[in-house]
Amino acid sequence: MKKLRELYVSCKARGLTKEQDEMIRRELVAAEKAGDVDLYHNLQPPIRPLSMYGYNDYQMLHGGAAPEPTPISSVHSLDYLLEKDSQREKDGFPRKIRIGKLVKPGRDGDEKVVVVPTTVEEKLIHDKVRLDEEEEGEGEGGSDGGSGEGEEGEVIGEQPVRQEDGAGTGAGQGDAASHEIESNAYDLGRVLTEQFALPNLRDKGKKRSLTRYTWDLTDKNRGFGQVLDKKATLRRIIQTNIGLKRISGQGRIDTTDLLMSPRDRVYRILSREKDYESQAVVFFVRDYSGSMSGKPTELVVNQHVLIYSWLIFQYEKQVETRFVLHDTEAKEVDDFNTYYNSKVAGGTQVSAAYKLVNKIVEDESLEKDYNIYIFHGTDGDDWDTRGDEAIPELKKMLGYAARIGVTIAENGYGISGKTEVETYLRKSGLLEEWRNNLRLDVLSKDATETRLIDGIKKLIA
Amino acid sequence: MELISQHAKKIMEGCKERARDAGLTFQDESLEYIVTNRDMLELGPKNMIPTLYDYWVQDVEILKETGRYELYPSNPYETVINTRPPISFYNDNNPDWLNVMIFYHVIGHIDFFQNNIYFRHTWDYDFSSKAISDKRLIAMLRSEKGHWVDYVIEFAKAVDNLVGYYETLAGYARPDGRRITMLDYYFDVFLQKHQKKSISGYVKEIEDYNKKIKENPEKGEQLFLETVKSKYTELESYYKKHVAQDAGRSRMDILQFLIEHSPFLKKEENRWMATVIEVIRTTSLYFQPQIRTKILNEGWASYWHEELFLRDDRIKGHEVEFAIINAKVTSMPRVGLNPYALGMRLFYYLEEKANKGKFDLEFSRLYDSYARSKYDLQKNKGRDYIFYVRENFADSMFVNSFIDQDFVDKHKLFVVGKKLNKERMTWQYYVKSREADEYRKMVAEQLYHPPSVTVDVTEAGTLVLDHKFENKPLLREFVDGSLMGVEFLWGGPVALYSSEPIPIKVDETPSLAGPEEKMRKQYVWKRFKYTMKGRKLSRELAE
Repeated sequence: MKKLRELYVSCKARGLTKEQDEMIRRELVAAEKAGDVDLYHNLQPPIRPLSMYGYNDYQMLHGGAAPEPTPISSVHSLDYLLEKDSQREKDGFPRKIRIGKLVKPGRDGDEKVVVVPTTVEEKLIHDKVRLDEEEEGEGEGGSDGGSGEGEEGEVIGEQPVRQEDGAGTGAGQGDAASHEIESNAYDLGRVLTEQFALPNLRDKGKKRSLTRYTWDLTDKNRGFGQVLDKKATLRRIIQTNIGLKRISGQGRIDTTDLLMSPRDRVYRILSREKDYESQAVVFFVRDYSGSMSGKPTELVVNQHVLIYSWLIFQYEKQVETRFVLHDTEAKEVDDFNTYYNSKVAGGTQVSAAYKLVNKIVEDESLEKDYNIYIFHGTDGDDWDTRGDEAIPELKKMLGYAARIGVTIAENGYGISGKTEVETYLRKSGLLEEWRNNLRLDVLSKDATETRLIDGIKKLIA
Repeated sequence: MELISQHAKKIMEGCKERARDAGLTFQDESLEYIVTNRDMLELGPKNMIPTLYDYWVQDVEILKETGRYELYPSNPYETVINTRPPISFYNDNNPDWLNVMIFYHVIGHIDFFQNNIYFRHTWDYDFSSKAISDKRLIAMLRSEKGHWVDYVIEFAKAVDNLVGYYETLAGYARPDGRRITMLDYYFDVFLQKHQKKSISGYVKEIEDYNKKIKENPEKGEQLFLETVKSKYTELESYYKKHVAQDAGRSRMDILQFLIEHSPFLKKEENRWMATVIEVIRTTSLYFQPQIRTKILNEGWASYWHEELFLRDDRIKGHEVEFAIINAKVTSMPRVGLNPYALGMRLFYYLEEKANKGKFDLEFSRLYDSYARSKYDLQKNKGRDYIFYVRENFADSMFVNSFIDQDFVDKHKLFVVGKKLNKERMTWQYYVKSREADEYRKMVAEQLYHPPSVTVDVTEAGTLVLDHKFENKPLLREFVDGSLMGVEFLWGGPVALYSSEPIPIKVDETPSLAGPEEKMRKQYVWKRFKYTMKGRKLSRELAE
């Protein structure tokens, strides 16, 4: 905290406008107040039926949760459904299959993300009167039934705030557990590519051939070779002896009595194998400062799920990914789940993240062997208000990156289109100068999934 | 799927006997199947009816979306389905005592299906065999027409929640096709709807009528009608219009109207679509009563499994195990609305009330709470009364008629409110109200309630859908897709009238409660007209 304060003072010394000061103070307060920090953006509500129609005999009497039907168990394959969906477009109707994801809460917070195609049947149905979406729940919001003790007005329980239409649906029981993000992401990527006609990345500046050869003891050869495969040899010997009627079905086999031909020996032999080399490394960089709490985080991680899935498909699972989180300091995390689920905290300094990316690239000399893509998601706040530190780092990144995509998901506190990051990016002129390598996408707080996908097109095209 | 073992079947037959002795009525035959989880996955999207027609949406995972339960109201995991004979589903590893409990629950449902008048349109045929012929029909059409069959299913399903369920029931109630008389029309419709008479004015009219009958028993009615006709010259034309409407299109639901009048479906090459639409319509009608009797149906089944299980001599020694499961099923959650628990408690409550004669006028005039609690005429008519309720009520009537303060107090019920605590960033649940009125309103608000939409055609050939205003807007995201389907089936432009809340600015006077207390935004209802033409939706103010 002290460090943050110091940083704030140094920022202030450099001169801040009133709005900038407010923005920094807000995050500072949020960071210092413990209550705000331990906030998972996708915390699941306690499991109970959505409405009274959610109660059912199977669950109540047989004591089991009703299994959620998943596309894995469906009669038709995903391909069939997608083909059907593209046929709709040809017939002049809008597509109907969308991308959804399930978050399965696990113990110790290791939640699993499962991506699935979804559809919704549109009907004329009643809606609630929605005017106070921001303050939902402050007034009349969602009354429900209850029973037991308690005076009128007495608080009987509480639940951490989560996004109203958070991450897909409730607990996906049963089947959902067995699907890791990778295998599903591949499917999602395919869906994305086909469905939304995302442009394919050009193989820009390919520095090395995609394939190379290694030698390995993988082929088998009878008669001679480098290493004897004992199991396979024994099998051949038995086959030969059965053929010679020296072994019958019944009785013990006398091994000393077996005949052995030279061709029964099976060896492993050195052979040339194709070896694929990753040709892209992708950095996902996410701002997880206090002001990202809620919708901005949701938007950014959703977009990154989509990009990640799509890349995995595009490069046949050969893309390498690195995940970086930052507030005022940056750190690298191991996997997508951690990246996806990390809680929000602290202040914001974009430059810290850029510095870390540069350091990783330099230390591991990734530049030489890989196409490098960097996707950065933030709400646009930056304590380094003029980008004095971020811009030089960004320039350095542009030196090697094939594409940098910056997504700004506005948190709704400031004025739209006037966030720090957007302002200094535009002012720097880098967007024009490096039109092919640097892209910016600004999302408003209420962006939909379709908007996210349009955003991806913008970042990647 | 396989049938349950002979051993279990014998237990089931024993349960039926005991249930009959207790007064339940249902047909003799029933089918019980063992299902695996895999079966469940496949049966789920088909509402547990294996013979239901195939449709690709069943293949796609259906996630929680806005208004999911409004879209898929009929509970997919019901263990009993209302067919002839009724079919129920079981796990294969249930112990006998648990099966007995479930059997009784199932018998409760079967009794309800076969006696509650809201199911009367399902009594004459077996849905599962109708479904299989529909399934074959659709499969056959699919082989001829390809994916266009799916479009027709999709578009018909876009309005299949608006089927004329009550109109269908009304047809069963009055098989003679009797029409409303002018006198009935005058009192029931004209005075109330067109003249908007006050109660005293209305009573005066009745007195006038009674006087005329007394004076002249033979011609009194005619004389009375003559006078009112001369008093309200428009009465006769209104009456004729009403009769014509009654017999004609205004009573049709959208799907029926399309089948009868759509110029597009009338074309020779499109006739097959009408048969598909009819399949969707009858299927939807079949599922309608289930969703409208959830509390009653589950309450009734829970009431009986508890009553009958405890009396059953065959499973002595399993009372504790039973109690654990039963408590899970029928306990009132601290927060949430469990229809099993609420329904069962209401049945017990009504039985007790009727036993003590508390439905008498005398009791309702009693205000002394002590006297009220001690009131007991020992009428012992409780069972008869709940059987009457089981036969004649649907959820909305059940809830609105019987949840009173005594009931709410007895079970310590309350309405839960939810508010945001910004300091702790949590939603806090609190006891909002213990008033019976509020509780009843809250339950009624949660009940399934599809919009009421009437159909008409303009002279230019535009299909006009009029959404009746009930203080609720339509879900706007879905209007586009739904109307596009209707336009396709109609073959011309479609207009929809609906009301929407429009926020109005309130003068920012500093409130005494301070800036923290935000004023609730105000709004006015405005009527809008949506027009779907050439698959493009437009929206304009209709007033």
